[in-house]
Amino acid sequence: MNAPDIRAIALATLQAIAPEVETDKLRGDRPLRHQVDLDSMDWLNFLLGLNKKLGIEIPEADYAKLVTLDDVVTYIEKKAG
Amino acid sequence: MIEFKLPSLGADMDEGTLLEWKVKPGDAVKKGQVVAVVDTAKAAVDVECWHDGTVAELVAEVGQKMPVGTVMARLQAPNEQPTQQPTEKVGAGDTALEIAGAAVAVAAEATSSTPPVAPPARRRMISPAARKHAEEQGVDLDRVVGTGPHGAVTSEDVDKAAQAMAPSSAPTPGAIPRPADKAAEMRKAIAAAMARSKREIPHYYVAEDIPLAHALAWLQTENAQRPMAERVLPAALMLKAVARTLERYPELNGYCRDGAFAPAERINLGVAISLRQGGLVAPALLDADTKPLVQLMQELTDLVQRTRAGSLKSSELSEATITVTNLGDQGTHSVFGVIYPPQVALVGFGRIADRPWADEAGGVKLMPVATASLSADHRVSDGHRGALFLRELAELLQHPEELAK
Repeated sequence: MNAPDIRAIALATLQAIAPEVETDKLRGDRPLRHQVDLDSMDWLNFLLGLNKKLGIEIPEADYAKLVTLDDVVTYIEKKAG
Repeated sequence: MIEFKLPSLGADMDEGTLLEWKVKPGDAVKKGQVVAVVDTAKAAVDVECWHDGTVAELVAEVGQKMPVGTVMARLQAPNEQPTQQPTEKVGAGDTALEIAGAAVAVAAEATSSTPPVAPPARRRMISPAARKHAEEQGVDLDRVVGTGPHGAVTSEDVDKAAQAMAPSSAPTPGAIPRPADKAAEMRKAIAAAMARSKREIPHYYVAEDIPLAHALAWLQTENAQRPMAERVLPAALMLKAVARTLERYPELNGYCRDGAFAPAERINLGVAISLRQGGLVAPALLDADTKPLVQLMQELTDLVQRTRAGSLKSSELSEATITVTNLGDQGTHSVFGVIYPPQVALVGFGRIADRPWADEAGGVKLMPVATASLSADHRVSDGHRGALFLRELAELLQHPEELAK
């Protein structure tokens, strides 16, 4: 799976949680949670959604590495290797 | 003859609009069966009947707006002997009726439950999202053909139906409020309940900073052994700690009506959940003190999802015995809440943040800390007891392993 595919899946997952998000206005290099109002439950559900769709297990210790959308895409790309 | 009345759905939901009857005269109904869908200022609620019987007469009409306690239907009791069943231990709202709690049945739950002897004419699977979608589009779900699994109605089906009806007809006038009206209605409902609270309840406030290094480390270790879906957030641990501590502070858990306090026998934590479109609902996690932490977390996740999808059980809307608000990791250091009447206390948690903390050796170190606050009703308790409650809550959170079970 390539980066654009992963990004599309991540955005779809995000939109399922926050339907008001205008995905074309999101900056991939800025902290996601500064741009979208996501509480800790939303964030967990976002990661859980990625886990379900992509079958990638994300250890809790890695949560802190996932700040921007670009971080998420890079992380998954590496994991899916 | 049993009178089936609109049950109370909480202090800020004192009326409802009948959206749909799920039964018709002559139908046999079972205790626990969903018989009607009622829309309130905050959520659409599937109302459950709490008697076995046969529908004799539908009194309320679809589209009718009615206050809590209105007779909606009459039921013939089995053997024509009306049985007065006692209401649940924790009374619902102001009107404890034969129908103590009603329930929203999420479509999937409805079908998985035991079917009644004589199944209702049309028990259909409609996802909460599709139901909400249909409301927004003004689509009559009875006219929608379901194409999902087992004939379930999906959002796509609703879209198709909406397209089909688009050229000819607008939604029935006065039927279902549009989202903008909905937001205004919710704001009005919150305003009424909160104004009543501040008018009637003499609030007092206490707060305590709670160090959480040990609790967070413990959670991290526990979570590392669990699959993603079973990981527990600090918020769930805090809820469990509140519920456990309340066991020894009955004067904070219950209802005050007309100046008289009645402690509740169960500990049902109302969880303040903000909605994405604005406003909030505080449905209850029932019996939070008795549930294992992992289960509590899963129920919390489910509750948040269903609240945001607008499909709650009405027992969840009416049976909270205290409310907890947690601003989460995006919030401020502290929050002091407004008590949700007729409850008598509200616990607030601010964001967990690293702060300088004096240690036993006389030094200062960095410590993850959350400020817990208590707003309580001075007619029922005093600041001294309130302070003891928070100190005990703080102490319990130093022993997270005791909260696992």
